[in-house]
Amino acid sequence: MNSSPLAAMAGYFAMLSLFAVGGANAAIPEMHRVAVEVMHWMSDRQFADMFAISQLSPGPNVIIVALIGYHVAGLAGAAVCITAMCGPTCTLAFIVARTWDRFKDAPWRMAIQGGLVPLSLGLIAASAFVLARAADHNVYAGLITAATAAVAFFTRTNPLWLFAAAGVMGLSGWL
Amino acid sequence: MSDSAAPPAAIRPAFAELFLAFAQVSLSGFGGALPWARRVIVDQKRWMTAEEFNETFALSQFLPGPNVINFSVVFGSRFGGVAGAAVALAGLLGPPLVIVTILAVLYERYGDIATLGRILAGITAAATGLLIAVVAKMAMPLFLKRWNSAPVIAILAFIGVAIMRWPLPYVFLALAPFSVGLAWMKR
Repeated sequence: MNSSPLAAMAGYFAMLSLFAVGGANAAIPEMHRVAVEVMHWMSDRQFADMFAISQLSPGPNVIIVALIGYHVAGLAGAAVCITAMCGPTCTLAFIVARTWDRFKDAPWRMAIQGGLVPLSLGLIAASAFVLARAADHNVYAGLITAATAAVAFFTRTNPLWLFAAAGVMGLSGWL
Repeated sequence: MSDSAAPPAAIRPAFAELFLAFAQVSLSGFGGALPWARRVIVDQKRWMTAEEFNETFALSQFLPGPNVINFSVVFGSRFGGVAGAAVALAGLLGPPLVIVTILAVLYERYGDIATLGRILAGITAAATGLLIAVVAKMAMPLFLKRWNSAPVIAILAFIGVAIMRWPLPYVFLALAPFSVGLAWMKR
């Protein structure tokens, strides 16, 4: 963390956005590594809290970067982080959209897309692992995680109900 | 879609309408905005047919970064160039950014209160569970197929990022060529 955390965050998130195959959830472990372990911007617990808040908020998961930015450098930090995280990929999307018809059926396009699926699976699994280590600090939290995973896997319950139930259990002092 | 400039029979949305539609998608989208994007754009507004939607979404998935963000840019640019892309993106990101900024202010002020900490601890545990369910759903088709290299790549990516804690770009650049190459050979 040198003179300007804003510049550091702008460069970092702009670079990270290009490797976020599978969306923001695939980039969680890398954000955690840098924000908690390398730059010491926040504690493990604070990072987990920010993930929870971003999941509670409506809208794309990528807004977690605004929470990180706000924590480090206030409103300017939030603005810089979300712009850096979306700018490069949006520009790329705009450019590729013009030429998509030319290569949408190309074999290499399908190979790239198919090849990236297992990578994003591994990355999202890594997110779940990193967050479980931060969140499941006792048996009860672990049980909530396991129960939520089972309900979400086998049913189509609205996640907000699961958050509400887990929040009440947390409030009642189980955790 | 032979000429892709504009969808054939669709109505061209005005910028205000475009903004509101993506704001609606964004604010409804707990646990994934895709079903809402389809509902609003295909079923309610009829700005795209289901096939056009799927094709545009395939493009958004092909690109790095959040799929829904990419989708808004591609969709907006198709109807209104740079301005259309900016309007759709602003609709998608603006309202949730306002909400999340308010939450961020509250968290920085009250995050140390024990009660709030306990509630958030419960929600984090549940959010982690949701992510595990997403992983399980994604993994099923890949792991159930025989003689398939995908699980190996997925497990290596997991070990590199979660256990070894190597930087994501290194893990990505090491594994992506193999994974894409294997997908190419299987074609």
